[in-house]
Amino acid sequence: MSEASPAKAYALHLGVITLLFVLSFLLPDYYHGLLARIMVLAVFAMGYNMLFGYVGLLSLGHAMFFAAGLYGAGLAVIQLGWSVPAAFAAGLGCGVVVSLVIGLLALRTTGVAFMIVTMMFAQVFYLLILYFATWTGGDQGMVVPQPARVLSLGATSLELTNPTVRYMTALGLFSIVLLVTLAIVRSRYGRVLVAIRENEERTKMLGYDTFSNKLAAVVISGIICAASGAAYALLFGYVGSSFASVQYSILPLLWVLLGGAATTLGPLIGTLFMYYVIDITSGYTSAYLLIVGIALILLVLFFPKGILGSIRQRWLGWLP
Amino acid sequence: MHFGPHLLLAALEGLVTSAVLALTALGLSLVFGVMRVVNVAHGEFFMLGAVLAWAITTAIGGHPALGFLAALVIAPLIVGAIALVAERLVLRRLNYNPEATIVATIGMLYIIQQLALTFYGPEARPVEPPFNYRILLPWFGYSGYKLSVIAASALLLTATWLVLTRTRIGLVMRATQYDSETAQAFGIPVGRVYGGVFALGAMLAAIAAVLIVPISQAHYLMGQDPLLLSFIVVIIGGLGSLRGTVVAAVLIGLSDGIISMFFSPTLAKIIATLLVAMVLVFRPQGLFGTTPR
Repeated sequence: MSEASPAKAYALHLGVITLLFVLSFLLPDYYHGLLARIMVLAVFAMGYNMLFGYVGLLSLGHAMFFAAGLYGAGLAVIQLGWSVPAAFAAGLGCGVVVSLVIGLLALRTTGVAFMIVTMMFAQVFYLLILYFATWTGGDQGMVVPQPARVLSLGATSLELTNPTVRYMTALGLFSIVLLVTLAIVRSRYGRVLVAIRENEERTKMLGYDTFSNKLAAVVISGIICAASGAAYALLFGYVGSSFASVQYSILPLLWVLLGGAATTLGPLIGTLFMYYVIDITSGYTSAYLLIVGIALILLVLFFPKGILGSIRQRWLGWLP
Repeated sequence: MHFGPHLLLAALEGLVTSAVLALTALGLSLVFGVMRVVNVAHGEFFMLGAVLAWAITTAIGGHPALGFLAALVIAPLIVGAIALVAERLVLRRLNYNPEATIVATIGMLYIIQQLALTFYGPEARPVEPPFNYRILLPWFGYSGYKLSVIAASALLLTATWLVLTRTRIGLVMRATQYDSETAQAFGIPVGRVYGGVFALGAMLAAIAAVLIVPISQAHYLMGQDPLLLSFIVVIIGGLGSLRGTVVAAVLIGLSDGIISMFFSPTLAKIIATLLVAMVLVFRPQGLFGTTPR
């Protein structure tokens, strides 16, 4: 596979990051803001891809990991008055706890049962948010007040509401997660995960503890998704229960399928593409769910490998 | 009202829920049992049934019973035809791969829901019950129509059971469920059986929806709760087990009715969903199911 070309792969990823950096100065305001949002959501998709693409576990409950980060960070700022870095860490912490518990339970099942179990746990999480409306704001959600969204680094303080700061923070998070994902995928551990996806029984026979490897993957995936959620709360200032609904479990699946499962850059391309398709079509119709539905069916029928997956198969075999 | 009559009322309401739930869940269970397909769009077939029932009764007019009877026949047929087309065009081409079909049925869910919103609109619309007769109990009056829903559901469940166990069609379906490859080798047209079962599953959901629509109104988002509850019922009853499905439907319907009368409905849902997830984790074959081969 990509054995021969570590330099090429890293060069490509650094190139993409540089491109996003340069775009920050070229894009008009509207697309500038949109791209910042897309990068944060692409992190969510990358977290999903970690589990779906590389381990082959199709979860229908990833909204709860995103929401764990979202509410973990949001509640820490709003209800406890924590600073931005502490709130971000709180979001990550919530992600670890939730994904560890869910992983321990859900990984006892496989296949279809795994999908349904993850969906049900996510539903419980969603209903709990509605039930504890006194603290979470219920289905109205909460707005993170602007004065709280300031990142103090020594003497300088950065306003996260400033578009440039917001874009650069989103790009920073995106770049870190992208490079970490690339490193994980290329590592020995990444190969064990792919081996589990391809043939779990054989991997077990070769002496690998597949359960703990899968559990670690669920937790890594959970942390990445929680990071995305926490960043979303702090950068865009809205914490709402709709982010915990089933729809937000299905969107990352769609983004990853579209961009190409088990490709490192696929999640970004899928998220970008889907956002622009919805953006363009919303000029003509408000029925964007129809587009999502048709896209899902067409993808699964004709392009099960997604955009980058097909490119890798046809032309660029070295693509990570 | 005292506690006793209150409980009786809750139990009656719960039984109505159970009756509708059993039909809906049976459809989901048949599709999963025979085809091994988890149909996430099942709730939308339910919704389509209700919306079509409204459209048909409005178009026919006249005495409510006339429109209702027409809806009871026509709505399931239309829904069945739609399901058949979806099966031919999408599921069959995916070779019934479990993960791909889940993604595809999620797609169908969005498409059907959005089309209903576009053409039917966001309003909840009522359908008049075919008759208004109140049965007077010593403590309260109770709608005769609701009781007839329970009876109709019991009748349909018995009929389905008879078809499955006593007829050739049922035999063919059971043979396909047991081992589709061997069934094919014995000349059973497995592809056609799959198409028929998928349509039948959707029709059962549509019938359930037509029965419930005079009680709760038709709305484009009404498919979500039945979907989740049907999943719960099918899992507790054991995936693919008919008797388990009915028992679980009664259990879930009754407890849902009673818990949500005395506690918050959200709490009832949280507890039910969590319990079911735990059943699936620790006893994947369900409470009444047998271990799959």
